[in-house]
Amino acid sequence: MMSLIDGETGPWELIIGLEIHAQVTSAAKLFSGASAAFGAEPNAQVSFVDAGMPGMLPVINQACVTQAVRTGLGLKAEINLYSVFDRKNYFYADMPQGYQISQYLQPIVGRGTLTIDLEDGSSREIGITRLHLEQDAGKSIHDQRPDKTYVDLNRSGVALMEIVSEPDMRSADEAVAYITKMRSILRYLGTCDGNMQEGSLRADVNVSVRRPGADLGIRCELKNLNSLRFIRQAIDYESRRQIEILEDGGSIAQETRLFDTGRGITRAMRSKEEAHDYRYFPDPDLLPLELDADWVETLKRDLPELPDTKKQRFEESFGLSSYDAGVLVAEHETADYFETVADGRDAKLASNWLTTDLFGALNKAGLTIVESPVSAETLGGLIDRIGDGTISGRIAKQVFEQMFESGQTADTIIADQGLKQVTDSGAIEAMVDAVIDANPDRVAEVRAGKDKLVGWFVGQVMKASQGKANPQMVNDLLREKLR
Amino acid sequence: MSLDKATVRRIAQLARLRVDEERLAPLAEELNNILGWIEQLNEVDTDDVAPMTSVVDMTLPRRRDEVTDGDRPDQILANAPETDGPFFVVPKVVE
Amino acid sequence: MTELTDLTIGEARDRLAQGELSAVELTEAHIEAVEEARALNIFITETPEHARAAAAASDARRGRGEAGAMEGIPVAIKDLFCTTDVLTTAGSHILDGFHPPYESTVTANLWRAGAVMLGKANLDEFAMGSSNETSYHGPAINPWRRAGDNRSLVPGGSSGGSASAVAARVTLGATGTDTGGSIRQPAAFAGIVGMKPTYGRCSRWGVVAFASSLDQPGPLTRTVRDSAIMFGAMAGHDPKDSTSADRPVPDFEAAIGKSVRGLKIGVPKEYRLDGMPDDIEDLWQSGIAMMRDAGAEIVDISLPHTKYALPAYYIVAPAEASSNLSRYDGVRYGLRVPGEDLIDMYERTRAEGFGAEVQRRVMIGAYVLSAGYYDAYYLKAQKIRTLIAEEFRRVFADIDLILTPTAPSAAFALGEKSDDPIAMYLNDVFTVPASLAGLPAISVPAGLSTDGLPLGLHLIAPAFDEETMFTAAAVLEDSAGFDSVPLQWWRTG
Repeated sequence: MMSLIDGETGPWELIIGLEIHAQVTSAAKLFSGASAAFGAEPNAQVSFVDAGMPGMLPVINQACVTQAVRTGLGLKAEINLYSVFDRKNYFYADMPQGYQISQYLQPIVGRGTLTIDLEDGSSREIGITRLHLEQDAGKSIHDQRPDKTYVDLNRSGVALMEIVSEPDMRSADEAVAYITKMRSILRYLGTCDGNMQEGSLRADVNVSVRRPGADLGIRCELKNLNSLRFIRQAIDYESRRQIEILEDGGSIAQETRLFDTGRGITRAMRSKEEAHDYRYFPDPDLLPLELDADWVETLKRDLPELPDTKKQRFEESFGLSSYDAGVLVAEHETADYFETVADGRDAKLASNWLTTDLFGALNKAGLTIVESPVSAETLGGLIDRIGDGTISGRIAKQVFEQMFESGQTADTIIADQGLKQVTDSGAIEAMVDAVIDANPDRVAEVRAGKDKLVGWFVGQVMKASQGKANPQMVNDLLREKLR
Repeated sequence: MSLDKATVRRIAQLARLRVDEERLAPLAEELNNILGWIEQLNEVDTDDVAPMTSVVDMTLPRRRDEVTDGDRPDQILANAPETDGPFFVVPKVVE
Repeated sequence: MTELTDLTIGEARDRLAQGELSAVELTEAHIEAVEEARALNIFITETPEHARAAAAASDARRGRGEAGAMEGIPVAIKDLFCTTDVLTTAGSHILDGFHPPYESTVTANLWRAGAVMLGKANLDEFAMGSSNETSYHGPAINPWRRAGDNRSLVPGGSSGGSASAVAARVTLGATGTDTGGSIRQPAAFAGIVGMKPTYGRCSRWGVVAFASSLDQPGPLTRTVRDSAIMFGAMAGHDPKDSTSADRPVPDFEAAIGKSVRGLKIGVPKEYRLDGMPDDIEDLWQSGIAMMRDAGAEIVDISLPHTKYALPAYYIVAPAEASSNLSRYDGVRYGLRVPGEDLIDMYERTRAEGFGAEVQRRVMIGAYVLSAGYYDAYYLKAQKIRTLIAEEFRRVFADIDLILTPTAPSAAFALGEKSDDPIAMYLNDVFTVPASLAGLPAISVPAGLSTDGLPLGLHLIAPAFDEETMFTAAAVLEDSAGFDSVPLQWWRTG
């Protein structure tokens, strides 16, 4: 089903391509030995090479090469055993060399694919055009003084993977799904931490519109989008802007547009930006990068199980729904947690506890699953006690809350607070009789046909038992006695 | 290929070199002189020749992923014309 | 005190080793020579205190029985090498005030070998030139003068100051860099020995980059033996330079004194230029005869694409330079000319900071890389480079060395060729092909022109075979017996 936008003069198709810049997870930078870590004091993680000092030369970090190849393999892409580093020449205060070392005609990774999962449960394959390695720029800070820019070169030279998609996406939802899946894969591989707020994952969006079936229209590149929300907003605004122009008979100027987060609009960059002539040429300080085919095979073999495969396995082995499996595999920490809990237990139950109770508690406390006070083993222990009838599902919720707060096991809490479920039929019968005897009018109503009131009786017995009576037994006994 | 004033202006912009208006024509002439002399390379048939990719016959050396550098902000900033604390300071780009 | 400044490195080394001479004495004599030779404008920065301290330390080391290959030897360092806390200008206004917080690998190697720095030598701005006339700090002057003529002559370039320093007996040796001939041609103009190593032999780390795929540090000395000694101390693999060859450094000095009997010396016909001065042609012929007399076999060879080397070089070198010089932007070091905004600051700083020749080359470079012209110029030049390198490889399958003149003329007067860039570029016609192919080459002083100016002969060897090159160069030096020295006109009395 094509998602089209209705213009005033007919339907339009939205064409979206994404360029993702993912900071490579590595200790040191791409061509220098300075640290690539986030958050240091300004200019504290800068080598003479990163500062573009006279006579400085690049030496490539093996780990960055490995990470780029693994990412390519994770995207089912062609790995180019021969690739070249080129200089991309342009001037900016946070680009100390006056050029960026990048890859132009011969990147390290070629064509691949990424499967996106949409809200309606369907999937689509989006093409990856290429992936290449390049240096990140430093940071320009414009708000310290009205006429000056402050420059911090800590980020200058950090390794980036630029991942370019085919213009295969057709809606903001698909764009968001693409980034979400890409981020997930990168985190599974450990090649990028995918943190959009810290800037380790950035997306530029190429947007154009066309009449269904027509040739591709002129596209605009949208920059400065550092959250999924902004990406959605920018795409929505930009598509309407372009449609309006075209329907008025105008044409789209191919340009780079910044997203104004305050006003929710895109605007053309007003700097003296004549079309950039980057004058790419192979960097003479480096030699071509040649990879060993056997080495690439080894990397491929040693890749971890990736989200799509894991999702399929969860559906098949655990009998989970596509939706549930999708939620669990989004982060591999969650998936790993789940597998530990589900081992030898009811998978659906495990899934529910994880995604509802645990996630709920973690969100409220602002913690990630890695920081969870309730480990997978202890959650499993709680589920065991439900399964063997020690406690009811309802009591289990209470126990869970306390487990989360104290970090103790279910058994400890159940024992300490005497929360064992009452299953002694005699004891339950006594409580049921007591409630029946105390409420003759209601009994009469039930017997007269008000079936819903049985629930009230169940509630009363549960209250009397402080929630510990086995609800099923209470229910059965009441129905029998209230007949 | 002959350069005109407009091309010289464009190249000067690419190279971030300020060239006064009256210098454009003489500069174009100087550059055309040199480019004209270079034209003789067109005499050579290079259709089946690969461009030189490196003078040395070796593979690209790789470094281990270790932090061995940085942590020297004073040295990095020492020669800067203008700084403020740990930052380089430059005039703003007119955006 | 002319005696100590007349020594070769080899002789000084021996005297120092035998305790006949101290490093401090040797250095003092040269500090005096530096002061006396200021008219030659050899140094952009003199470092006498630095030298004295280094000499004292050298004597102390020798006292402990530790002596490096260049122990106590006073040298000049081309101001293209970054030297810690010592002003490094690259002969340019744009690096005013630049004190590097780091030391180039090659100079660090020399200090580790015990050498003593007398100062930073003058050069063409950013190594772009063949006469040292483009330096922001004024031209360096050749100690040689034409017979009966008082005009100042150029020492060649870009390592002009380095060549003058050695020829004028102000230092025992000097470092230079050679991109298209910038060590060899000034060596020829100054009557001294200058060599360019195989590309990758010496590290480029800390050397202000001009054309990355061509630049090579190398020594300028008075004798071939000195060249081998100094080169051995400079060379070696550097993991900080990705283009540095990971090869052990042989004992180059051991190559000197060997015979050239049985070696095949190629003479390329394409190096015979129309209108080449007779004395250059005669010198070449005498070189051929000398080699033959020493037992080498002379072989006529053809290097058909020779004439395209120079124009190809003047595409590749400016292209790489245009990119290498982008970092000189007034932001982090050197000159900053205030501007209305960032771009204005860039444009003014670079226009004022770079001289005319540098600006011309930066613009040529930007042009030949620009969209639409890359294939026709840069790619084409790199293909020609492949052809030239292949040609050399082909002939070296059958011969051991190539013999040519070093330069198409002797030293010329200041200002004589600065009006026509191409006339200036033609100075490098014999040296550029070896640069494009990354091959080692050396210039040996072999005779005098009709004006009484030194002329050099040029030997090109296969990649990494500097040893054979040194062997033949020593034989040539021996046979030529060039023992002329320039009149020290700058010393009063």
